[in-house]
Amino acid sequence: MTAVAVETPITTAVSPPVLEGRDLSKRFWVRRGRGPLTRRAALRAVDGVSISLEAGKVVAVVGESGCGKTTVARMLARILTPDSGRVLLDGEAVRGKRTRKYASQVQMVFQDPFASLNPVHRIRYHLVRPLRIHHIADDDVPAAVSDLLRRVALSPPDQFVDKFPHELSGGQRQRVAIARTLAVRPRALLADEPVSMLDVSVRLGVLNLLADLRDREHMAILYVTHDIASARYLADRIMVMYAGQVVESAPSVELTDRPAHPYTQLLLSAAADPDRAVPPTLAGSGAPPSLLAPPTGCRFHPRCPHAMDICSRVAPPTVEVAAAHTAACWLHVDSADRHSSEPQPGPNRTAARQGLQKLSAGGTGG
Amino acid sequence: MTSRLDRIPSADDATRAVPAAVFADPVLEIKGLSVDYGFGDDAVHAVVGCDLTLRRGEVVGLAGESGSGKSTLAMAALRLLRAPAVITGGEVIFHSKPNSGGGRAQTVDMLAAGDRELRSVRWSEIAVVLQSALNALNPVATIGAQFDDVLRVHRPGLSRPGRLARAGELLGMVGMNADRLRGYPHELSGGMRQRAMIAMALALEPQVLILDEPTTALDVVTQREILDELMGLRDRLGFAALFITHDLSLLVELADEIAVMYAGRLVESAPATALFRAPRHPYTHGLLNCFPPMHGERRPMAGIPGSPPNLRDIPPGCAFHPRCPWVMERCKVDVPVLERNEARRDVACWLHELGTPVPEALALPNPAVAATLSRSGAGRNQGAGR
Repeated sequence: MTAVAVETPITTAVSPPVLEGRDLSKRFWVRRGRGPLTRRAALRAVDGVSISLEAGKVVAVVGESGCGKTTVARMLARILTPDSGRVLLDGEAVRGKRTRKYASQVQMVFQDPFASLNPVHRIRYHLVRPLRIHHIADDDVPAAVSDLLRRVALSPPDQFVDKFPHELSGGQRQRVAIARTLAVRPRALLADEPVSMLDVSVRLGVLNLLADLRDREHMAILYVTHDIASARYLADRIMVMYAGQVVESAPSVELTDRPAHPYTQLLLSAAADPDRAVPPTLAGSGAPPSLLAPPTGCRFHPRCPHAMDICSRVAPPTVEVAAAHTAACWLHVDSADRHSSEPQPGPNRTAARQGLQKLSAGGTGG
Repeated sequence: MTSRLDRIPSADDATRAVPAAVFADPVLEIKGLSVDYGFGDDAVHAVVGCDLTLRRGEVVGLAGESGSGKSTLAMAALRLLRAPAVITGGEVIFHSKPNSGGGRAQTVDMLAAGDRELRSVRWSEIAVVLQSALNALNPVATIGAQFDDVLRVHRPGLSRPGRLARAGELLGMVGMNADRLRGYPHELSGGMRQRAMIAMALALEPQVLILDEPTTALDVVTQREILDELMGLRDRLGFAALFITHDLSLLVELADEIAVMYAGRLVESAPATALFRAPRHPYTHGLLNCFPPMHGERRPMAGIPGSPPNLRDIPPGCAFHPRCPWVMERCKVDVPVLERNEARRDVACWLHELGTPVPEALALPNPAVAATLSRSGAGRNQGAGR
């Protein structure tokens, strides 16, 4: 809702980002009750999320299960159509279905490489198909296939092309899935939990492969994950999502070293960290809310250890707490501004928006 | 087997001077346990000659990747495996010393025990918390009925209202409302189900709790809450825990001792801090390098090249040698044996054989004992405060 999204681009890039989502929202309709009492209720999976992927950068979306991070990736891939908001490719709004042209620019890697490869076909088939459909390297398909396998560090390629998916390990399968997306020479790669199904010892290999694609081929990569440590390792920027909204966004080291939002602080206090000298104390408790009836005001307020009166009534604006570091939390709004953005007749989003405008006019100037 | 005692530097004498609590008497001893799936030439050697000792009140972590045999090892110790699994060797000794109920101290040979004896040990003395709580709980029975089943069989003296009261008390112990007894498993969230499982496992005040990936399917925040609760309960009830997981970074925070498994064999076992600060086995070293740190400068990390072996086709010699950066000729032929190489540290690697130069990364000095102690002390205090 209060995607009083900071519309200014995050870095001062001259060219527009490769792929951008502005104010994306998605509702799913679910059935509640049984028999004659059945009614449909809206589950607000994603609510006003803005995200921009730049060439040569990895953006990580981090959050607990059900926070809408996969839905965001699917909307960017246009597997799902957003209810509101726009997807922009190279600064131009994309309309309608997922076209072949769009697919050749934006590709998605799925979580489970056991399910995303067809078990009855050899690896060659998986790689030849996108090449044929998109008429890439029509003159020498076998060479293109070998090249793809080499790019994902499956060499010698001859050893792999004739195998079936079940003959490969999980890490190798995920590499094939990535090679398949590379076949169409995309400029943006959307990776939805690409390593969470893999063995611990091979995860870093796949993450390093993604980092390689970013550095050598200047791809724009979205990395969706629940593991904040791996996001810190791979990503240039981390966005933290909670209950369908972005609560904090910052360069990855800045976010993990100086988290500004209480939810990010909670996530960090819960993450495993062997370097920790003292046992962690959880900064908060409870579970994420039902998205059928999200809490009023800030969606995190029932769990927040710093919850104030205003938090339960008015959704917080997204404010800049440091350079390129934004958080949606009342704690970072001056008490005077907090008061002025208090709705007089009742909570509504204009009030919050005014609060932000006031802030961006005066507060963050210095 | 060559004795390595002569290699221990005298500075390590301090390591041996640990308080009695660390050397509490063993409660579960696994010696040379081997488990196969199938017979003859087709047999898959899932667990080969594993030694593991669980001491009273201690948390031992068993780490390894999927398919390394860690669950098989624990389930075999309880004789919970069905054909085609065959226990082909070793022994499992359970030293029972009931802390309540007035039972007498006794020793049970788990592998020789008959059905009656096993029934009396399972659940009431050694309980298991399984990974998938949704599959482990009966979907068509209420939580209360499932508690009732356990208490009715194992505590025949308890009346029906008594059982109900006890079940409510147990749920309260894991931070759940007693109202939930009337609920069905599907009405609970994943975290709640896992809590109910833990409460059920603790229903008969066992001396040993086996936790098989208890929090793997849960979100980080829920996972941390449940682990905090478990550690608090451990401090209060004093059970020993065998914690099986693939997440080594989590174990370093939780466990007193960690054993690392690879392709069915234990490759290293050491106190948690020592294992984390100064790994001795190349696999442990590689595994620790698979968890990006949460602090400090970001630097490229390599992980471990290659992938875990298929148990049907284990490389000859040391199973880790195709992935090992320090591989020697000998590793490709001879299987290294888990041997005590320093005080309280076992490692199965030829690099630590006499006369072999040990790579610097595997020869870091043991962290000071003081650090280990203050850490576990802090954990206790925190648990008591809860």
